[in-house]
Amino acid sequence: MVFTAFMGALLFALASPAFADGETLRGTLQNQGQPVTGVKITVTSGDGQPVGEATSDAEGKWEVPVPAAGSYQVTLDQATLPTGTVLRLKDRATLTVQVFEGNYRNVLFALASGNADGSGAQPDDGSSASSAFWTRVAQLAFEGLSLGLVIALGALGISLIFGTTGLTNFAHGELLTVGAFAALVLNTTLGLHLLVAAPLAVLISAAFGYGQERFFWGPLRNRKTGLVSMMIISIGVAIFLRYLVLFLFGGENVPYEQYVAQDGIQLGPISTTPKGLIAMGVEIVVLIAVGLALTYTRLGKATRAVSDNPALAASSGINVDRIVRIVWAMGAAVAGLAGIMLGTTQILNFQMGQQVLLLMFAGVTLGGLGTAFGALVGALVVGMFVQISTIWIPPELKTVGALAVLIIVLLVRPQGILGRRERIG
Amino acid sequence: MDWELIFSRALSAGIGTEAVIYALAAIGLNIHFGYTGLLNFGQAGFLAVGAYGLATTITTFGLPFWLGVTVGLVGAVLFALLLGIPTLRLRADYLAIVTIAAAEIVRLVVRSVALRGTFGGTDGLDSFSGDFYALNPYSPGSYGFWLIKFDHRTLWVLTVGWILVAAACAVVYLVMKSPWGRVLKAIREDEDAVRSLGKNVFSYKMQALVFGGVVGSLAGFLFALSRAATQPDLFSTELTFFAYTVLILGGAARVAGPVVGAMIFWLLLILVKTGMEEAVNHQVITFITVNQVGSINYMLVGLGLILLLIYRPQGIFGDKREIALDAR
Amino acid sequence: MHAETVNRRAQAQAAFAEVAPEPGAPKPDPILVVDDVIRRFGGLTAVDVKHVEIQRGSITALIGPNGAGKTTFFNQLTGFDTADAGTWTFNGRQLNGLPAHKVARQGMVRTFQLTKALSKLTVLENMRLGAQKQRGENFFRALVSSLWQGQEDEITVRAEELLERFKLDKKRDDFAGSLSGGQRKLLEMARALMVGPELVMLDEPMAGVNPALTQSLLGHVKDLREQGMTVLFVEHDMDMVRDISDWVIVMAQGAVIAEGPPDTIMADPRVIDAYLGAHHDAPLTVAEAEQQLHEAEAELEAELVPEVEEKA
Repeated sequence: MVFTAFMGALLFALASPAFADGETLRGTLQNQGQPVTGVKITVTSGDGQPVGEATSDAEGKWEVPVPAAGSYQVTLDQATLPTGTVLRLKDRATLTVQVFEGNYRNVLFALASGNADGSGAQPDDGSSASSAFWTRVAQLAFEGLSLGLVIALGALGISLIFGTTGLTNFAHGELLTVGAFAALVLNTTLGLHLLVAAPLAVLISAAFGYGQERFFWGPLRNRKTGLVSMMIISIGVAIFLRYLVLFLFGGENVPYEQYVAQDGIQLGPISTTPKGLIAMGVEIVVLIAVGLALTYTRLGKATRAVSDNPALAASSGINVDRIVRIVWAMGAAVAGLAGIMLGTTQILNFQMGQQVLLLMFAGVTLGGLGTAFGALVGALVVGMFVQISTIWIPPELKTVGALAVLIIVLLVRPQGILGRRERIG
Repeated sequence: MDWELIFSRALSAGIGTEAVIYALAAIGLNIHFGYTGLLNFGQAGFLAVGAYGLATTITTFGLPFWLGVTVGLVGAVLFALLLGIPTLRLRADYLAIVTIAAAEIVRLVVRSVALRGTFGGTDGLDSFSGDFYALNPYSPGSYGFWLIKFDHRTLWVLTVGWILVAAACAVVYLVMKSPWGRVLKAIREDEDAVRSLGKNVFSYKMQALVFGGVVGSLAGFLFALSRAATQPDLFSTELTFFAYTVLILGGAARVAGPVVGAMIFWLLLILVKTGMEEAVNHQVITFITVNQVGSINYMLVGLGLILLLIYRPQGIFGDKREIALDAR
Repeated sequence: MHAETVNRRAQAQAAFAEVAPEPGAPKPDPILVVDDVIRRFGGLTAVDVKHVEIQRGSITALIGPNGAGKTTFFNQLTGFDTADAGTWTFNGRQLNGLPAHKVARQGMVRTFQLTKALSKLTVLENMRLGAQKQRGENFFRALVSSLWQGQEDEITVRAEELLERFKLDKKRDDFAGSLSGGQRKLLEMARALMVGPELVMLDEPMAGVNPALTQSLLGHVKDLREQGMTVLFVEHDMDMVRDISDWVIVMAQGAVIAEGPPDTIMADPRVIDAYLGAHHDAPLTVAEAEQQLHEAEAELEAELVPEVEEKA
């Protein structure tokens, strides 16, 4: 009776509050660390309709895209298992799993050699049927915080760029994507460990942001391009970058070399992964650092002065162009970081940035357009709201809830949570 | 390379169903953005409301075709009101964000599993177009001239579509040269000035939003009917952005701008796409695969949008002195 | 014509003969009566006006140092901003809480400090827009031009008369954006007259106007009174205030601190204090007043950017 690699859980899902459109069921079949190939997997929807099937490849991997979030039954055809390999739990050939909107769901079948008696079964921590309400709230709040931090990193840049230049940048999501894929190239093509690749990719992101401002947005502003015009130009930039990434890397979800799958860990009521915790730690540290820099450094104060009133700041000797370039570099760097974190913990594809863009906007708007700290608060609120709302609404509609709340908030308090009411005249 | 195929497809696309759908969607946007200066980034939502209003009424509830059309139109009006009440008093950038969010809400709701029984989830709805095609006066066969060929079903969709486009253009022409249109254009310039002259700006913006939204829902009908099916992901934000590209290409605040824009957009898009596919298939271009042609095409759309706004924001027919793009 | 001019001015000034030069003084025939209007921005009280009456048929100036709340007060009265408290009546009808367009429809029409010429409409279209109760401004009637063309022609005739009076008739088909600053001010005033107002509220009509045009503008303002309209205007230019106004109201720090005929006001120590600070006792010349204004502006700017100061 041999213990198989990370097969402890019959069903192991990444704690993934993602938002992609491409719901997929997938898994890797291994026995004693060796891939098991040629095994047929059939997926049917909750009401028994066939959805698709797949056969595990040379690496033991299989993947079945599903049309929508929801409940699915995944069946492993035991007849197709190679001789000498069996399911550790023979009655667990069919698993019922929940796929959340935009998520891929890893489904793992525990395999063993020879004739397993099933006595060594591990607890099934994928089932949440028994978990108490508060455990669920804690788990969702934790996931909400994780999502909120990623949104906050992006929202910070959107807010500062809006404050200093007036541009509502619809291409900000692509800064996340570019950061994540820069890390991917360094990681997989150049073979650098992710711990090396990530900081380098953040630097590349910063350079990308700086370059965009220096050679594109800055000259456009000097041409007296209108703000509405620039907003639509940013849509063009977003489309261009998004499909450039698709062109270069294809439309599949791609993983980094390291930290792809990790054993879950349990922290009280919360289950997560070490990388998820580390990502959150990094995000919190970066956000605090940026917040302190904005509050206490001369550069940060100048940035806020420009954000408050660019003309006035310029007339009092602040080099507004320089500030704006730094804001772009910094905004792109934290956005790139957010992208890498998202890529490590959840999903890495050409649409990843676009898919969080609206949530970032929701955070920024909720906090009050143009106020950096408002954006942080707004982003965290949006993240928490999105996750916790799944207690009452179907997970697939959680984004709907957040966007609806955004609209309602604008109705009641158009200046956002921390924004000031504008003075007319 | 099969040049005849390339030009045949490109020319057909220039007057085909996509061109009609985008022309109508962009006419609606022209009313919103071109004339009134409302930055509606949720036009896809209006198309979705039209398409699903029609499809749901017929397929899910088994009601007649004309009732479906009515539901779609009424739905678009309600959607405009719902969208307008919280946002029309806000600044342009807030309007943009809220409208894009509202369109996404529509898409996510109709694709949800929870409402699958009503809207069909990600598969969408079909078998609602029977009555529409039953009205088809063309007998089965292929119609066309020179390189352009359409089957009888497509021809029927195109006939209805181009009549709708012509009608929408006529109405836009009439109202925009009237005092009503003058108020809209004035709002685009400076709404406080208009207010100070005793006009109810909110009401006019709302009328513009409803009018443009209803035209958008017509595009939604055609989208659904031409495919005899409707899927939620057809109505993503990219639909709206492509419609903006169409509008700016043809020229905002010009009656025929969206129509010309749609024709040129689709002609060029399919010309480049088919051209590249042919080139790849015939090993004229070897460094990309056929799958990558699509992404290059979209990259070009993005690039085109950028270059248009920088170098020719008035589009092909627009008057540079009369567009809302330098608005703040 | 000239005789009548003297007459109207004399009438207006005669009406003030019995009025005590005190803040909140009642007028014989007020067109606008304001009570307890308060507007706060955060902790700052921008406007706190206890009681003010505007005499019908007069030209009343509203002056005060920068930041005194004059424009904010204008915005409250015309419905462009919501007052935190207060009531005001126009011709006896309550206006508070009414949106801007309804205020205009009552016959109280304003212009703006930064001119709002609709630059991508022609001068004539700008004018036509001002006309009220246009049949063609209804969506469905707009579709049938025969329903509104007749009225449109009448409006055009009226617009052209006004354009001629304001010497803009040669520009009728130009885009308003191509006009000079002064011409835009004229256009804005002429457009306001298309509404058919009883009370015209001008927010700094002279700001940014070429001196050559100033006399012409002054003439037009006086002309409004001759036409039987009431004028309330915000102004910094002391010369203009002295020249054309029948009555002057002074605001400082959001409150009305003095009222009276122009000559009395110019010598009022409260006014001089408000403009120059309490230590000043010299009479106020125009040059000095401007100098002081610039200093006040500089101070205000400095207050607004403490962070910038720190950096410097």
